[in-house]
Amino acid sequence: MREPTPSQTVGPFFGYALPFADGGDLVPPGHPGAITMHGVVHDGAGRPIPDALLEFWQADPAGGLDGAPDSMRRDPVTGTFAGRSGVGFTGFGRVATDADGHWTLRTLPPGPAAPGALPYISVCVFARGLLHHLYTRVYLEDGPGDPLLDSLDADRRATLIARPEPHATYRFDVHLQGSEETVFLEFG
Amino acid sequence: MSTTPPAPEPQAVIDAEMAEIRAEAEKARADGGPEELQPRRDYPPYRSSLLRHPKRPLVAAPEAFTELRGPVFGVTDVTDLDGDLTRQHHGEPLGERIVVTGRVLDREGRPVRGQLVEIWQANAAGRYAHKRDQHPAPLDPNFTGTGRCLTDDEGRYTFTSIKPGAYPWRNHLNAWRPAHIHFSLFGTAFTQRLVTQMYFPNDPLFPYDPIFNSITDERARQRLIATYDHDLSSPEWSLGYRWDIVLDGPSATWMEEGR
Ligand SMILES: [Fe+3]
Repeated sequence: MREPTPSQTVGPFFGYALPFADGGDLVPPGHPGAITMHGVVHDGAGRPIPDALLEFWQADPAGGLDGAPDSMRRDPVTGTFAGRSGVGFTGFGRVATDADGHWTLRTLPPGPAAPGALPYISVCVFARGLLHHLYTRVYLEDGPGDPLLDSLDADRRATLIARPEPHATYRFDVHLQGSEETVFLEFG
Repeated sequence: MSTTPPAPEPQAVIDAEMAEIRAEAEKARADGGPEELQPRRDYPPYRSSLLRHPKRPLVAAPEAFTELRGPVFGVTDVTDLDGDLTRQHHGEPLGERIVVTGRVLDREGRPVRGQLVEIWQANAAGRYAHKRDQHPAPLDPNFTGTGRCLTDDEGRYTFTSIKPGAYPWRNHLNAWRPAHIHFSLFGTAFTQRLVTQMYFPNDPLFPYDPIFNSITDERARQRLIATYDHDLSSPEWSLGYRWDIVLDGPSATWMEEGR
């Protein structure tokens, strides 16, 4: 086994490099069946974090995890972002928080990644001040039988469940620290 | 209500905190503890980490159907010139031209093929092309400092750029970052995601930098330092640096073969 290359913080100046046009729009505006997921990233004092970057990876509505290129298509003439073609579903999104620490994702609801599993969207959190990224999950609804949710007590479990709002919209706040600290995951 | 911001702390305060943490980590290691392969998320000398790290232990995910797969990238996601940061404008950027290359591998040593590598960096004077970078060093109209490429069949990436300058930051009084290039990498699984920084050999600022020293293990820190490779240098053109990257975390292929 080789030793891994250590992580370092994304820092404050990733803005020209990582966020891209349509990064949070996995489907075109007005796509039938689209859902909106949004929230705020908070620090341990409850303040919004204006320089975080969230990445999302999820199954398609049928539970497929093959993904597809096309997330950050570039225009070979100008070298600028060409935007997603809007034809396929890549399962990948990337959004920087705004000055209010807020982010928005427009996507399709994920299907179960295994038979009978509760669907979820995987989230990877980067920020200035965070030396090693953090993983969490957004479950669109609570339910029985999920091995991760069932391993948590009620308060902690609630940090992983999106809150439904009108118009197929869901609220999911991330707390890096504090009494409402989000459950963050590790993978063996 | 107005409050006076606290006076910035001197480097000596940060140095003392870093030395204390390092001594404690070295003792834990000498007492048979595991090598700390990653930085600490909680590293008080890096002041921004104080309120931005979880205080509860991470939860081991009992399954990872989704995370053992990952996003897919392809030739539509890059253009041929994206890997050359010196050719994105009409003129040549100022500074020392460099080529940085290496292989992206998983922990088994297998190449990570066709995956996206993204980089960003300050210019030769130590200034980012970013509104919030207020360092009074010149912007370079011919340098944005961002690039991307896909790894080839051997997992290799290559960038042409200019050597970034050291720059000041506000962690404490007289805080300077060693020269570095930020790297973002994808593996075949979302669990292998990596954002890190590549440093240059023999930088005199290493001992003073709390971000670099958040990795408490000396051998692990060395993994972030590129090697100068004279064979990679081109006559009358550029200096060559080599830096291999090993992605942490399980992948679906690793799980399948481990069965
Ligand atoms: Fe930097």
